[in-house]
Amino acid sequence: MSDTATHIVEHHLDEQASKFGMWLFLFTELLLFGGLFLVYSIYRYLNQDDFARGGSELDMYIGAINTVILLTSSLSVAMSITAIQKNNKRMAVILLWITIVLALVFLVNKYFEWSHKYHVGLYPGTETFRTLPAGEGLFFLLYYFMTGLHGVHVIIGAILLGFVIERVLDGKITSENYVFQENGALYWHLVDLIWIYLFPLFYLIH
Amino acid sequence: MKQENEHSMSYSANIWVWAILIVLTFVTVKVAEFDLQNLTVAVALLLASAKATIVAMYFMHLKFESKLFIVMVLFTLLIFGSFILLTFIDYWTR
Repeated sequence: MSDTATHIVEHHLDEQASKFGMWLFLFTELLLFGGLFLVYSIYRYLNQDDFARGGSELDMYIGAINTVILLTSSLSVAMSITAIQKNNKRMAVILLWITIVLALVFLVNKYFEWSHKYHVGLYPGTETFRTLPAGEGLFFLLYYFMTGLHGVHVIIGAILLGFVIERVLDGKITSENYVFQENGALYWHLVDLIWIYLFPLFYLIH
Repeated sequence: MKQENEHSMSYSANIWVWAILIVLTFVTVKVAEFDLQNLTVAVALLLASAKATIVAMYFMHLKFESKLFIVMVLFTLLIFGSFILLTFIDYWTR
């Protein structure tokens, strides 16, 4: 480490500032979903019975399984950081792939869930949907919008982790400089955090 | 320049954190089966916040970062909390 000073000049890296920037971005994401949670809480407060009826229409077990899937994917991405710190690139890449596969499993579950609702005509525009009580209609609109927006974040997160894998393989992410991987992991954990609230608020009310 | 990694989490520490989160998820589902009346939302949010705090502190390494990060997170939550509170005060007083 005698040449630390020259290293700093050659590759200026301020990983704390980089992570701080990522956190600032996460705050904007938090407030994006926060606005929706605000709308949800007011409408639920005004339509408690309709929201409860809507919630009991959702399959609690698919929701619970998806919660476990996302928590496990958070574990694998957190462990990939440990792996890169130990300079075990192979393990880091395997763990990142596991995370991406779990993201896809989550989306496949969502696909089955939504296609079931599609078959019974439980989506905006159908006759079934129009005859629902107003509050239950609001519940499903919020359900589609919030879990849909969350689903978009799952897709973006998985793509981002794909770039992380590429950089590990290219040798741009090393045990000396892995802040890009840390920021990718932070984004993935945020996706998990939002689901932690979506799950009880939509699936567990009755 | 080497990144600070003296505060890294071991594989087993990560797995322990995950196990606690799974147990809390199980509790969340079980608790929802009881009719808790007015407490339903409060209990659900409390359990969700416990899980969220664990994810943020350990998986997102907030516990090991500079204190500034936690201050910023709390500040953001304070802003969000005041949005919720002010909107509800509006509805309650109509």
